[in-house]
Amino acid sequence: MNYSGAEILIKSLEAENVDTIFGYPGGQVLPIYDALYDADIRHILCRHEQGAAHAADGYARATGRPGVCLATSGPGATNLVTGIANAHMDSVPLVAITGQVPWSLLGRDSFQEADITGITLPITKHSYLVRDPSELARIVKEAFYIATTGRPGPVLIDIPKDVSSTVNEYIVPEELHLPGYKPVSEADSWQVVEAAKAIAASERPVIYAGGGVIISGAHEELLRFAELLMAPVATTLMGLGGFPGTHPLSLGMLGMHGTKYANFAVCECDLLIAVGARFDDRVTGKLETFAHEAKVIHIDIDPAEIGKNVRVDIPVNGDVKIVLKQLMNVLQPRLGEAWREKIQMWKKEYPIDFCDNRELKPQAVIREIYRQTGGNARITTEVGQHQMWTAQYYTFSKPRSFISSGGLGTMGYGMPAAIGVQAGCPGDTVFDIAGDGSIQMNIQELCTAVNYELPINVAVMDNGFLGMVRQWQELFYNRRYSQTKLFNPDFVKLAEAYGAEGFRVTKRSELAPVLEQAIRSSKPVMIDFMVESEENVMPMVPPGESLSKMLG
Amino acid sequence: MTHTLAVLVENTPGILARVAGLFSRRGFNIDSLAVGRSEDPGISRMTIVVEGDDSILEQVTKQLHKLIDVIKITDVTRDDFVDRELVMIKVNTETSTRAEIMQLVDIFRARIVDVGPKSLTIEVTGYESKINAFENSLRPFGILEMVRTGKVAMLRGFKSITISDHQKREETN
Repeated sequence: MNYSGAEILIKSLEAENVDTIFGYPGGQVLPIYDALYDADIRHILCRHEQGAAHAADGYARATGRPGVCLATSGPGATNLVTGIANAHMDSVPLVAITGQVPWSLLGRDSFQEADITGITLPITKHSYLVRDPSELARIVKEAFYIATTGRPGPVLIDIPKDVSSTVNEYIVPEELHLPGYKPVSEADSWQVVEAAKAIAASERPVIYAGGGVIISGAHEELLRFAELLMAPVATTLMGLGGFPGTHPLSLGMLGMHGTKYANFAVCECDLLIAVGARFDDRVTGKLETFAHEAKVIHIDIDPAEIGKNVRVDIPVNGDVKIVLKQLMNVLQPRLGEAWREKIQMWKKEYPIDFCDNRELKPQAVIREIYRQTGGNARITTEVGQHQMWTAQYYTFSKPRSFISSGGLGTMGYGMPAAIGVQAGCPGDTVFDIAGDGSIQMNIQELCTAVNYELPINVAVMDNGFLGMVRQWQELFYNRRYSQTKLFNPDFVKLAEAYGAEGFRVTKRSELAPVLEQAIRSSKPVMIDFMVESEENVMPMVPPGESLSKMLG
Repeated sequence: MTHTLAVLVENTPGILARVAGLFSRRGFNIDSLAVGRSEDPGISRMTIVVEGDDSILEQVTKQLHKLIDVIKITDVTRDDFVDRELVMIKVNTETSTRAEIMQLVDIFRARIVDVGPKSLTIEVTGYESKINAFENSLRPFGILEMVRTGKVAMLRGFKSITISDHQKREETN
């Protein structure tokens, strides 16, 4: 039977079990939207294509299933770019579908034409410009396979309008033929043996766990692995939730705004076991002194990450979940009392804490959100101080519960991501912890949340500043607050104008009751927390410094 | 150190842009890049000459492998190999210099492919140092124009860099 390219696309998406698409229509995707009209796929109309990309990204991170976003050619496609780059940096399985001008107009600077495959070349795992409707079914199948396997990432499919409107036979694609793409799963046994030897010989091991633990679903294996070795676990921002933050072996987050005990432990360990992490500069600080006494084992599915930033003694290339199992098969339990005692001492001496003067401090707000949600909410964030406070004070214990823009650091990520999270996890309590700067970068998506009755809670840590930049200006630029003082709208009225509920909290005594009300509400809620304006995120490793040189 | 990589890629539109873009955004230096069809019409073969130490070469190779359309990468420099480059040089000629240039053409086993009233166009193939020497010897006469294909390379002997060989090896692994 014959179908239009657009219908073949929809059939292929259904074959991939896509239940939700985040998108925005336009001229060159009219045939696709026409085919969607009768489809069993829920379409969520975001108010900006960037919002659609972030929502699809949030959906993917929360559910573990690929997120799908759809935009028209030209500006629609370029508006996806930040969202695609964001997914690329954090290894999120995203399939971005864009309309393109018909082949007859391609390359002529036609109306709303942009070379989106060219523009996104460095920020996609792979991309396709579809030449013929007969290729569509195969391309969609390949795109989902590539996006979700190995180290996941975004794949873009650019579909010219004549391809989506031309009628063609729909043939279910057979086995994929991708001779250049062979993601690894098991590690070579010699690598496992070498790693096991180094572990057995170590006295002061530290596990450094990244987002790879969550992506590969290895949280249970990591817990057993850490308990077997009795080794402390420091997580990256992306790794939060991959190891229970409440566990005695948890060191919390390491790096620039990590806990002192995590950073001390990394500085003094004799073996660093990197598990699905990529030695980002925000984690390592000054590279020359990072874990300088330690042998380094690097477990990662992406061979290109091994040896990219730091010298690695023992590379272990494989899927983290499988490799941890391989390792546990050959490892003996160990105790390491002295090392753990030392870490316990650091934990007592340098706890993660703030000066609580009973004013409305942002850290207190986040602790209260933690208390009231029992640590069971799904938390998204924007980027800045509030993001770091969330990482420090909301003790994450479950994978896929902390959803934040790590690599790219995209302000404006949190609210659309929360929409995607809520769409993928309808029964869960979802919070976007935001700043008064970030929230305005995609504020229009509040309309989407109201429109689709997605009861997200947006907690704005409103300090009247672009707080993180102000903090750097305070510390490194002699308090010259250049362009960081913000003039803000009335967030309560704004929320109400969009049809959401709005609250304002100015005093500590209002914090608990207003939060209770917000969580109970079945509508989207925005709470404007008028927090202390010049609070800093501490501790802090100054940029380019060693992890041992922490401020605060 | 200079490495010569033989890279087999799927013959898809945009593959050259993917490879070239990768080199520029990761800050790797390409000395030369030559591309054309291989013995299999669906597979193109690139010869990439890259400058860098072992750690750079390792990153180049790993990053290239991440491109979905890249099937196989071989560093021929690690083995016994032959490499060649084809160059065309248009050189200024006067009646007084023509004989001398033709003598050089003989010595370097080059070929004259076009004769103009005031110029000769010469084709020469060979390994890099020979071509450089030829270029230098023509320079005093005035080189009007020069074009080089970039290096192509192949392993010596029966060993070959092909996909079937690659797949066979994968099956035995």
